[in-house]
Amino acid sequence: MIRFDDVTKTYDTTAQPALDAVSLDIDRGEFVFLVGASGSGKSTFIRLVLKEDRASRGAVYVAGQNVANIPSWRVPRLRRGIGVVFQDFRLLPNKTVFANVAFAMQVIGRSRAVIRETVPDVLATVGLEGKDNRMPHELSGGEQQRVAIARAIVNRPGILLADEPTGNLDPTTSMGIMKILDTINQNGTTVVMATHDDDIVNTMRKRVVELRSGSVVRDDAQGIYVGRPEVLAG
Amino acid sequence: MRVAFILSEIGSGIRRNLSMVTSVILVTFISLTFVGAAGLFQLQINQMKGYWYDRVQVTVYLCVDNSFAASCAAGPVTDDQRAAIEAKLESEQFAPYVDTVTHETQEEALGHFRDQFANSPIVDSVTADQLPESFRVGLVDAEKYEVIDEAFSSEPGVDAVSDQRDFLETIFRYMNWASVVALAIAGIMTFCAILLIATTIRLSAFSRRRETGIMRLVGASKAVIQLPFILEGVIAAVIGAVLASATLWGASRFLIDGWLVNTFPQTAFISSQQVLLLVPALILLGALLAGLSSLLTLRRYVKV
Repeated sequence: MIRFDDVTKTYDTTAQPALDAVSLDIDRGEFVFLVGASGSGKSTFIRLVLKEDRASRGAVYVAGQNVANIPSWRVPRLRRGIGVVFQDFRLLPNKTVFANVAFAMQVIGRSRAVIRETVPDVLATVGLEGKDNRMPHELSGGEQQRVAIARAIVNRPGILLADEPTGNLDPTTSMGIMKILDTINQNGTTVVMATHDDDIVNTMRKRVVELRSGSVVRDDAQGIYVGRPEVLAG
Repeated sequence: MRVAFILSEIGSGIRRNLSMVTSVILVTFISLTFVGAAGLFQLQINQMKGYWYDRVQVTVYLCVDNSFAASCAAGPVTDDQRAAIEAKLESEQFAPYVDTVTHETQEEALGHFRDQFANSPIVDSVTADQLPESFRVGLVDAEKYEVIDEAFSSEPGVDAVSDQRDFLETIFRYMNWASVVALAIAGIMTFCAILLIATTIRLSAFSRRRETGIMRLVGASKAVIQLPFILEGVIAAVIGAVLASATLWGASRFLIDGWLVNTFPQTAFISSQQVLLLVPALILLGALLAGLSSLLTLRRYVKV
C-alpha cells in the first residue's frame, strides 16, 4: 500500500538528511507504528506519503503509484485516499462536531443527503453518538481527537496516517484512541501511526519500524519499543 | 452542494473581512469611475467629431488691400484671378475632394460679421472693404484639408487657406487632455485597487488558513480551495463597478441631459443611454482586475 524505495529527503543541502536511504514496504491492511525520537524523520515520512514534500532521491509509491509522477491537479485525488490525524487535532473551532466532520465531505462535493447519512455513522464508530451539536471547546482532548479521526475516515480512505495522535492525551484516553484506530484497521484500513509513546506500542503488539536520524534501525513484526534506551542503560 | 458550500465559504470570508472588503469596493468604485469618465470623454470627442466634421468648411480667403501674403503682392484680387481660383476649385482635378463651393463677397462677410458680433461695439467701426472675400469649400472628406491648402495657398490672389478644423482640434485637444488626466488618475487608483485586493486576499487567506489546511488534507480540489477567495475579491470589485456605473450614469443625466444640452443646444452631446454601453465594460474590467490580482496572490499565500 505504501512503499519507500531508497528514499532520501534533504531539507537543507548542508544539513543531515531528514530521511536517509529509507526502504520500507507497508501492505494493505497493516497496522504499523513508526517510532523514534523527535527529529528522527517520522513526520517527514508522513509528508512524503501525502506529497506535501518531494523526495530528494528514491521513489515513494502509494497504492502502487509513484507519487512523483502524480501531476499536481491529481494530488487532491491522492489525498482523498489518505486520512490524516495530528497531535493538535486541527478542528475548526467555530463549527460543531457534525459540521467539522461534514466539512471533509462538503469540500469534495458530497451531496447533503449522503453527508446526513454518513456522518452520524462515523461519529458512532468513534464513540461520539449524540455529541453532534457540541462545539470543539466543549469537548475533552480525547473527544476532540475522536472528532479528528472521524473527519479523517469519513471519506473511507484506504490509508490512515496518524502523527502522534496521543501526544496531547493522558494514558487512559490514549488507550481509547488506540482502540478506535485498531477498529478502523480491523475494517481494512491501513494504519500508520507515528509515536514515541512506548507504553502504547508495547501494549498493541503491532509491527514497529524504528527511525533514528532518518534511517530505519529496526523493523519488527509485533515489536516493542523502548523510548529511552540510554536511560535504561544508565 | 459544492456551489452552496462555496457560497457559504464566500459569505463567511466576507463577514470576517468586512472592513477590507468595503475598502476594496470603494477603491474599485473610484478607480472605475475615472476609467469610465475617460471613456465618456472619448465618446464625446467621437460624437463631436462625427457631428462637426460633416459641417466644417475650408475657407479660401482672397487678397484685400492690406494683405501681407506673398501671393498678394500685386494688391487686391483681380476678377481674372477670382475666376481662375473658382475654375480650379470646380475642376476635374479637385472633384474627388470638393463637395460644394460658395462665394462670399465682402458685403456678405460684413453681414455675417455683424450677426456674429451683434452685441459688440466694434461692429460699427468695421467696413466691408476691411473684410476679405472668400470661397467657402465644403469637403467630401474633412480629413483631406491639406490637399486644398497645398494647392491654393500660393495661388495668385489667395491670401490664406484656413480650416475650421483648427479651432475644433483645439477643443478636442483639451478634451483629450482631460481624458488623459482621468486615465492617469484611473491608473493610479487601479494600482491601489490591485494592491488592496491582494492584501485583502492575503488577510482572508491568513484568517482561514486552518480551513484551507484541512481542505487540502482531505483532498479538496484547487478550485474548491481557491474559488471562495477569488470570488470574494471579484464580488467586491463588481459591486465597486456597479457603483461606478451608477455614478457615471447619474452624473451624465444631471450634467449632460439636465444642463449642457439646454445650455449648448447646437452641440451634439452623448446621451446617458450611451453611458450604459460602458457598464458591461466596467464590470468586466473590475472582475478581471480582482480575479487576476487574487489569483496571483493565492499562488503565493495559499498552498494547494
